[in-house]
Amino acid sequence: MAASTLTVPQPEVPISLPPRGHVGMWCLIIAESAIFTIFVVAYLYYAGKSLSGPTPREVLEVPIFISICLFSSSFTIVMGEKAIHHGNIKLFTLWLFATIVLGAIFVAGSLREWYRLIYEHGVTISSSLFGTTFYSLVGLHLSHVIVGLTMLSLVLIFALLGFVKQEHAERMGVLALYWHFVDTVWVVVLSVVYFIAR
Amino acid sequence: MHQHFTFSSSAWVVMLGMVFLAAFVSVASKVCLADPAVPSIFSPSSTPADSIYHLSLFVLAVTGVIFVVVFSLLAYAAIKFRRRTDDDGREPPQIYGSNQVELAWTVIPVLIVVVLFLAAARVIHAVEDAKFPPGTVEVTAIGHQFWWEFQYPGQGFITANELHVPVSDSNHPTPTHITLMSADTDHSFWVPKLAGKTDLIPNRVNNMWIDPHETGVYVGQCAQYCGTQHAKMLLRVVVESREDFDKWLANQKQPAADVASAMDGRRVFESTACVNCHTISGTNAKGKFGPDLTHLMSRTTIASGAAENTKENLRLWIKDPDTFKPGCLMPAMQMSEQDINAVTAYLMTLH
Amino acid sequence: MLDADSVSRPMFVPPGEAVTRPLFDRVHEWIVTVDHKKLGLMYVCYGLLFLVIGGVEATLMRIQLAVAHNHFVSPQTFNQLFTMHGTTMIFFAAMPIVFGFAVYLTPLMLGARDMAFPRLNAWGFWMSALGGIILYFSFLGGGGLYGAGSAPDVGWFAYAPLTSPAFSVGHSTDYWIIGIFISGFGSIATAVNIITTILCLRCPGMTLNRIPMLAWLNLVMATQVLLAVSPLTAAQVMLMIDRYLGGHFFDTQAGGSAVLWMHFFWIFGHPEVYVLVLPAFGILSEVIPVFSRKPIFGYSIMVVATLAIGFISMSVWAHHMFTVGMTSWANAFFVASTAAIAVPTGIKIFNWLGTMWGGKIIFKTAMLFCVGAVCQMLIAGLTGIMLSAAPFDWQLGNSYFVVAHFHYVILGVIVFAVFGAIYYWYPKVTGRLLSETLGRWHFWLFLIGFHLTFDFMHIPGILGMPRRIYTYEPGRGWDAWNLIVSFGVVFQAAAILIWVVNVFVSYYKGDIAGNDPWNAWTLEWSTTSPPPDYNFAEIPVVRSRRPLWDLKHPEDPDWKYE
Repeated sequence: MAASTLTVPQPEVPISLPPRGHVGMWCLIIAESAIFTIFVVAYLYYAGKSLSGPTPREVLEVPIFISICLFSSSFTIVMGEKAIHHGNIKLFTLWLFATIVLGAIFVAGSLREWYRLIYEHGVTISSSLFGTTFYSLVGLHLSHVIVGLTMLSLVLIFALLGFVKQEHAERMGVLALYWHFVDTVWVVVLSVVYFIAR
Repeated sequence: MHQHFTFSSSAWVVMLGMVFLAAFVSVASKVCLADPAVPSIFSPSSTPADSIYHLSLFVLAVTGVIFVVVFSLLAYAAIKFRRRTDDDGREPPQIYGSNQVELAWTVIPVLIVVVLFLAAARVIHAVEDAKFPPGTVEVTAIGHQFWWEFQYPGQGFITANELHVPVSDSNHPTPTHITLMSADTDHSFWVPKLAGKTDLIPNRVNNMWIDPHETGVYVGQCAQYCGTQHAKMLLRVVVESREDFDKWLANQKQPAADVASAMDGRRVFESTACVNCHTISGTNAKGKFGPDLTHLMSRTTIASGAAENTKENLRLWIKDPDTFKPGCLMPAMQMSEQDINAVTAYLMTLH
Repeated sequence: MLDADSVSRPMFVPPGEAVTRPLFDRVHEWIVTVDHKKLGLMYVCYGLLFLVIGGVEATLMRIQLAVAHNHFVSPQTFNQLFTMHGTTMIFFAAMPIVFGFAVYLTPLMLGARDMAFPRLNAWGFWMSALGGIILYFSFLGGGGLYGAGSAPDVGWFAYAPLTSPAFSVGHSTDYWIIGIFISGFGSIATAVNIITTILCLRCPGMTLNRIPMLAWLNLVMATQVLLAVSPLTAAQVMLMIDRYLGGHFFDTQAGGSAVLWMHFFWIFGHPEVYVLVLPAFGILSEVIPVFSRKPIFGYSIMVVATLAIGFISMSVWAHHMFTVGMTSWANAFFVASTAAIAVPTGIKIFNWLGTMWGGKIIFKTAMLFCVGAVCQMLIAGLTGIMLSAAPFDWQLGNSYFVVAHFHYVILGVIVFAVFGAIYYWYPKVTGRLLSETLGRWHFWLFLIGFHLTFDFMHIPGILGMPRRIYTYEPGRGWDAWNLIVSFGVVFQAAAILIWVVNVFVSYYKGDIAGNDPWNAWTLEWSTTSPPPDYNFAEIPVVRSRRPLWDLKHPEDPDWKYE
């Protein structure tokens, strides 16, 4: 039986199967979303319940500029995807670079914001419930941005060294999917932390 | 001629059923007709426990019927549809399913589920949202690692480990409402014959109530793992007649006895670290970490039920708490034998 | 049909190569492998090893509890034992076994050559393995509060604030956190792999409507892993922040909430038990049809019921918290959702009954275990219904009744199904059949031991005995029942011993199995036993749910009826 072929004759139309990279990334996104949801729930649950320390309203400023940068980076990466899809590696590299720069601005801006909160207002992860939930949630997101930037930078290096080709477009799409997820999470975190639970 | 005696499949099912029934009845009788000292949930003595008991009978009846029906069918199928030794080797009819059958055994369970839900919801509401008549006794229970603090806020005293409540007459109910809090980790108050359990959680206020119908001592224990000596965080609820309860209240409100012959022990107590943890009203001892000892001798047990309240046990307990509760939070004070005896004698006067 | 190609060989020697290779090479091959069959086998063996270790921990506990006021182990040791027993059994015995079967069988059942991400597969396994090693290192790591080893003693659900630095001194709780945290990554990785494999690597003709039941159950299980293990990971990060960075997530002194930990934990904990039981259901849905000689009754309904269980299971978690003092509305909601899940579960039991009905049942050992599992699922489900009625749970919750209930599911259903699966697929994995004689001894001894222990365990719960106590008071009527419960361990241990002997002896002396010893119908039976590295010489093409039935019965193929 090992050598014989198992074929049941059939006149049917072949089924098309989704690409595994994308399915895998969606699965990861689902799992990560569950993790973020728990941190968001904790943030909302403890909103207003801190026993001490400054309130969010007193110390938080809506990070408009860096948010625009991060959202724009989703646009730039889409442009990059289009470029590599059409085989234009040079253009792809440019858009990729723009994405990384915008992401780096987000990281730098976030860290500056944290510096201000810690040294000017004394809000640390241990200072109050607000501090604990704020840094955990925003920090979790920031760590995901950094991981994404690392991956994007790796691809940039590969592209500059000439290793990236048109056939890698689908894989780039998987990474872009992750980046869009990180952006979407920021929409949620921004809304919850800076608007809803202020 | 050697004849094989075989049972039909139905006979097997009936025999199996009878064996089960016999086992079940013998076990059930042992459980339900248990000795009064046994804290069985099936011998309720208070309305919350009663309501739960009646609900449980209903649920058991429903699940019992389901079990008998489905298990009989399973047993029958396993026996009747065995491949015979004289089988012709052909495959049986390949049935893929049946929509009508599927519908039937979906709709019936849904109905059963709805009924069970309604029955449970009714009892939830009755117990959790009960209103309390005037004359309800108020107690605040605070869970500690590994003992129970009972405050009677209306009466102005604090005791430990053994809760006294008045018996409640169903015509003129005098329930006891217990507010539950915790000083450290999670605990749970469970005296099965009086009520279901409710947790004591730090930074949270919970409520429960009991209205015992008969006097007596009801036992229970902490039912939420709280650390090393969770197992010995025992509960005794003493349900008394109104007169006895009032007498007990009056006694508890008194400051500690001040017997001249026990002055030595009192001095040792007040000058040793005992006062850091324990309160004896009318003395310098005002510690809150451990149980209030003002009327220690009014309790039948020490160490939250871990030992009988006798002179010898008290002495051993003070000398080394690990004797009865290894890992509990009371340290061995390394006192001299003379001091231990003196303190024991003093505590023995605290009626 | 036996020929040179299909005669089985020991697993680790590819056909054609010399039989003796250096030991180092053979071990190295297993360490660096990305072959799903080797990884699956390692997952299962790892899980079975920890099953035995967890069993030893349970045995020690039962000896301590056999009589009141026993002094077999200290309270500290007992508390470590029940914590380690629960944590081990869930995370390092049951989950690896479940993943192992999924990883081994899924590509074979779908007609694929390997999982979607072979290297991720390996990474997932080794992360899970690392987690277990870290957890058990805690026994050796000194410096715990009591100095004698640092094994965690906070219970497998580690309620806050018992786990805070104030009440959990030393590193014992950290071992619990880190061990599970690391294996959690392995679990999520494997779940991603399972889902991607099922969605992307099916052979031609195999629509989702035609995948084996076990594949459906694994698909839903993997989705639950993604949705449930993640909250636990999040909660453990929060706990670490509390313990080491001064956070206040569960710090009740700073306004934190102990109940929040419970919510987060049980949002993981309840779907987790479905992660364990759904593959067991899948096993039953594969084995029972073959030994009843009929297809599974109501395939589509079974799939819908599975999806329903997966969906509803995400909404029942607070039935573990009925005593926490939630409002009557919240309690009522969770009564409703928990009772609701009984409907699809019951449907499954009825469909297995329907499969057996009218069949020609062959009681090989695998079938004995599976039928036992179905009967025990009935009982376990019914005690679950009892517990779903919140007021009843106010009495029975946190008592030995609950312990009896969940062991009924985990041992009575899952472990029985796993034993059935081993008797069923061992021939495929090794090429040899397990001994039926020893199998019957295994089954009957284990059945007796299981029922002695877990039937009678319900009673102390009814009589007021809470769980997680290292000893109990005499005179409460618990003594005799505890003794019987402990006695059942003897039979279970004997049964396990016989089974271990069976596994080892049959490996060398068992009857040659051939490709398809059970006359079954799914794709794994179309290839050799054991399968070659590449699984199939040519990728199969299928047209129904039972491709081998179609080949064996060309006059009456399934695709005419589906």
